[in-house]
Amino acid sequence: MRRRAEEALKRKGAFGRDYDLDEFEPGSSEGDTYETLEDITPEQKQTMMNVGVLPSAEERSGSLVYVDNAVVHQSSADQGMELLPTLDAMERYDWLSDYSWRAVPVDKDKYTARAYLEGANGYFIRVKAGRKVEFPVQTCMMIDTEKRTQHTHNIIIVEEGASLDIITGCATSSHANESLHLGMSEIYVLDGGSLSFSMIHNWGEKTGVRPRTGVELGKEASFVNNYVIMKPAGSVQSYPTCQLNGEGAAAKFNSIAISHPGSEIDLGSQVIMNAPHSAAEILSRSITLGGEMIARGRLVGNAPDIRAHLECRSLIMSEEGRTLAIPELEAMYPDVEMTHEAAVGKIAREQVEYLMARGLDEDEAVGMIVRGFLEGSIRGLPESLRQEIDDAVSMANLGN
Amino acid sequence: MLRIEDLHVEVDGREVLSGVDLEVPAGHTCVLFGPNGSGKSTLLHTIMGFGQYEVTKGRILFLGRDVTHLPIHERARMGMGIMLQRPPNIVGLRLNDLVVAAGDGHLDTEETAKALNMDRFLERDINVGFSGGEIKRSELLQLSMQEPCFFLLDEPESGVDMESIDLVGRKIHSMLYDKKGCGWEKGDRSKSALVITHTGKVLDYIDADCAYVIRGGRIMCSGRPRDILRDIQERGYGECIKCRMVKL
Repeated sequence: MRRRAEEALKRKGAFGRDYDLDEFEPGSSEGDTYETLEDITPEQKQTMMNVGVLPSAEERSGSLVYVDNAVVHQSSADQGMELLPTLDAMERYDWLSDYSWRAVPVDKDKYTARAYLEGANGYFIRVKAGRKVEFPVQTCMMIDTEKRTQHTHNIIIVEEGASLDIITGCATSSHANESLHLGMSEIYVLDGGSLSFSMIHNWGEKTGVRPRTGVELGKEASFVNNYVIMKPAGSVQSYPTCQLNGEGAAAKFNSIAISHPGSEIDLGSQVIMNAPHSAAEILSRSITLGGEMIARGRLVGNAPDIRAHLECRSLIMSEEGRTLAIPELEAMYPDVEMTHEAAVGKIAREQVEYLMARGLDEDEAVGMIVRGFLEGSIRGLPESLRQEIDDAVSMANLGN
Repeated sequence: MLRIEDLHVEVDGREVLSGVDLEVPAGHTCVLFGPNGSGKSTLLHTIMGFGQYEVTKGRILFLGRDVTHLPIHERARMGMGIMLQRPPNIVGLRLNDLVVAAGDGHLDTEETAKALNMDRFLERDINVGFSGGEIKRSELLQLSMQEPCFFLLDEPESGVDMESIDLVGRKIHSMLYDKKGCGWEKGDRSKSALVITHTGKVLDYIDADCAYVIRGGRIMCSGRPRDILRDIQERGYGECIKCRMVKL
């Protein structure tokens, strides 16, 4: 494995601007640890709260906070679930090597290779068979030092018939703008399990973000991925791959993004349906306010009787900026139902005036249409994500 | 309530209204007849202030104030409300959100929607996949919450099945005869309206006081609504206008 990683160290990513890893020092893997999240420094607390991570940990089944490359806090309040630093879990469970670097290959590109070779820590979450975890688990990945790389290796295993919601906040603190996040996440949902994974992001205006995510689903397993990025970021490029390996598995990827001037946001996802009666949906809603916005989506029908739908909609609200929607469908069998829609354009004047005729001023009308556009078509978004979108729409003053 | 003086309007550089003069006194309901393409909807949309319609001459006075160049929402806040014939679809925006935003909070949304058979539609995206009758009821629901003092109704009966016509007609009646004061009264009525109708069907539900016939972007004649409707039905628009002009 080590040799494979070393050979991949120069391999550029498939998409997105290339980063020279030699320009960044690995962030520290030593850090103060905190008994409770309330003890964390006020500045870090604020950074966490901005991405929906609650210091009180109220109505949370567990919390883990990762600053630079150190786990500074971990706590679990659910007997049916384990939440540990990945390296501790690897030591404890020999069988974990069957899962580690399987859904995300170490030699995918230089970013996976670097994370592996640096011995990335991260969070390990395991929900035991049949356990329905009541409250979400929250995790926070924070970069706190300038010019550093953060590498994480997260492994999530939802066992047979179990269910879990995860809310992850990723952020850079105010003094760590020009840094690089390399977040590796491997997600395994076994037969009949279900997982909802929601991410809120608040990076610096120069931060580079290169997550690599692999998901494998068993029979009748379900997975929902919500990716929300509303604030300015340097260059984000994410393209998780989800394999539906069990009959009746279902995956849904929702991304909601705003690209501000100077940001490059390249979000995509691909779902490969390897089993009959599996289903996939990719929904993307994005707005460019002057930055670059790329929405990719790829659905592959590798088995008969599958259903899949892909929908990219993008609003352009500035003369600057660029939007690119790349929907792809690939089918190997005739008995598939695969569809896609893509639409790029500005807000229809007629819609704004319609709301104005009900007494809303222009800003209120545009805000209402934009909020509906971003979150309205995506049912069942967790409240913290909805709040993030509402705040962003109010702050962006989109009516002007 | 509303006075329009020598109104000229262009759409995409083409003149559609060529000197319209019209008045709706406070507490009155006036109907507007006219063949297809005569400028009826253009007139209503211009009164509301929609951007596509450019006023090149003349003015619109509402409650004694010149509103010719006032933004749409300010006209709405002065008490003007419109029922559109073909409102836009808005994907992602739930009807409930607009209905709540249109009101001032004292009316119960759920109850108002129930009375219009629209409670099941509150969680739906606005107008997306609505039938003709559903669109009318959605418009009326929004107007009920908005509670204007002056109604602009664009063919409230078009595209509606017989059963819905009764519901729509009765709702319009109850809105126009609502006791909530608008600062002036005419008998038992304080609301005013300008209503476009093709068929005159809506006259079964409202007690209209005056009627105008528009053709070629001009008001050709005015009179009592029932008389004008009868003339149009018996002799067509051309003859009706001719004979009324002679009488004038």
